[in-house]
Amino acid sequence: MPERTPGQTVGPFFHYALPYDGDRELMPVGTGIRLHGIVYDGAGEPVPDALLEIRQADAAGVVPQVPGSLLRNGVFTGWGRSSTDLAGEYWFSTVEPGSVDGGAPFFAVTVFARGLLDRLFTRIYLPNPPADRLLASLDHEDQARMIATREKDGSLRFDLHLQGDNQSIFLTYPGHQ
Amino acid sequence: MNETAAPLPTQAQISAEIAAAPSGRSEPALGFAPYRSSLLRFPTKDLRQADPEGAELLAPVFGQHDVDPLEADLTIQAGGEPLGERILLTGRVLDGDGRPVRHQLVEIWQANASGRYIHQRDQHPAPIDPNFTGVGRCLTDADGNYSFTTIKPGPYPWQNHRNAWRPAHVHFSLFGTDFTQRLVTQMYFPGDQLFALDPIYQSITDPAARERLVATYEHDLSQHEWLLGYRWDIVLTGSHATPLEGEDHA
Ligand SMILES: [Fe+2]
Repeated sequence: MPERTPGQTVGPFFHYALPYDGDRELMPVGTGIRLHGIVYDGAGEPVPDALLEIRQADAAGVVPQVPGSLLRNGVFTGWGRSSTDLAGEYWFSTVEPGSVDGGAPFFAVTVFARGLLDRLFTRIYLPNPPADRLLASLDHEDQARMIATREKDGSLRFDLHLQGDNQSIFLTYPGHQ
Repeated sequence: MNETAAPLPTQAQISAEIAAAPSGRSEPALGFAPYRSSLLRFPTKDLRQADPEGAELLAPVFGQHDVDPLEADLTIQAGGEPLGERILLTGRVLDGDGRPVRHQLVEIWQANASGRYIHQRDQHPAPIDPNFTGVGRCLTDADGNYSFTTIKPGPYPWQNHRNAWRPAHVHFSLFGTDFTQRLVTQMYFPGDQLFALDPIYQSITDPAARERLVATYEHDLSQHEWLLGYRWDIVLTGSHATPLEGEDHA
């Protein structure tokens, strides 16, 4: 078995390399829902140099396996990327994922930041999720930390806390250490 | 800004902290005190084990319309030739089982030969090279090979401690076939005298593991009167998806 290549921080200088026009627009702005939130550090300060990526099913519960995420020519690819702004806010224009194989719908998320030595994974569940194995393994407070909030304007709000009392739930998968 | 707070630690202090860190970690310690920016940005609670499902089982797909083949040559993106040593960076992207990751996106970014990024936040008083943007993309081929033509980046100073210098490196962003295989890392050059001093490189406390971030100079990759060749293979975590019958013929 070949040995795994370790990760390293995305650093402070990714902004001219990883973001691109349309990176966070899985759906054209105004045609989908807005998923947004603020990334906070352990002191409660917003993180202005983080980057989030999401992967998701379409509304029918199909995870698209089609190219076009860099081109954004009207095809829903189920993947997007958003850097945070000076106030630590990220946003995506997308659709609410449907249930895949009967599971609770969620956005799969990867988080990168200056100061974060390796990527983090999490899930953002839609409000009022049905029974779910991962959620069932968490206490009530931690469950709430994985579920987006519906805002008055219909958007989905999900803040990320990299550290602290209100730290978000981060995931590891079999084969990761 | 925070720069006015405490005086910066010395390299000797940082080196002592690096030496005192528990050894044997083949992944970076998320909270690694010698890298000061990590202190408030790493989760202190244990990661939760999850069985990948749904969207986690499928990486995004990129195609020929997404990436122009010219994006793999960082020496032709502006008006003229950038300054510095022209190099070829090539290697294979493999999954944890040794299978090639085919037709997948690889993104890189780097400083110029003087150690300066084209980034507003980079205030290092080294020259900007008008002929070098330092950004590249390519898709791996059917055997998982990637290849970039670029120039060798310079080391650069940073604010972690007094007289802190990053070893020369190229940032790499990689995808596998699963969403869970996502990797962002940095590739280094052999023999860099700054390795021992750098808290980011040293955050991987198993020497054999961090050496997997160092490319190999390979003379057969060098081209007569043109460039020097380096090889760097990348191994992602294993894929969780059940292989489809006949996928090798896809
Ligand atoms: Fe860098």
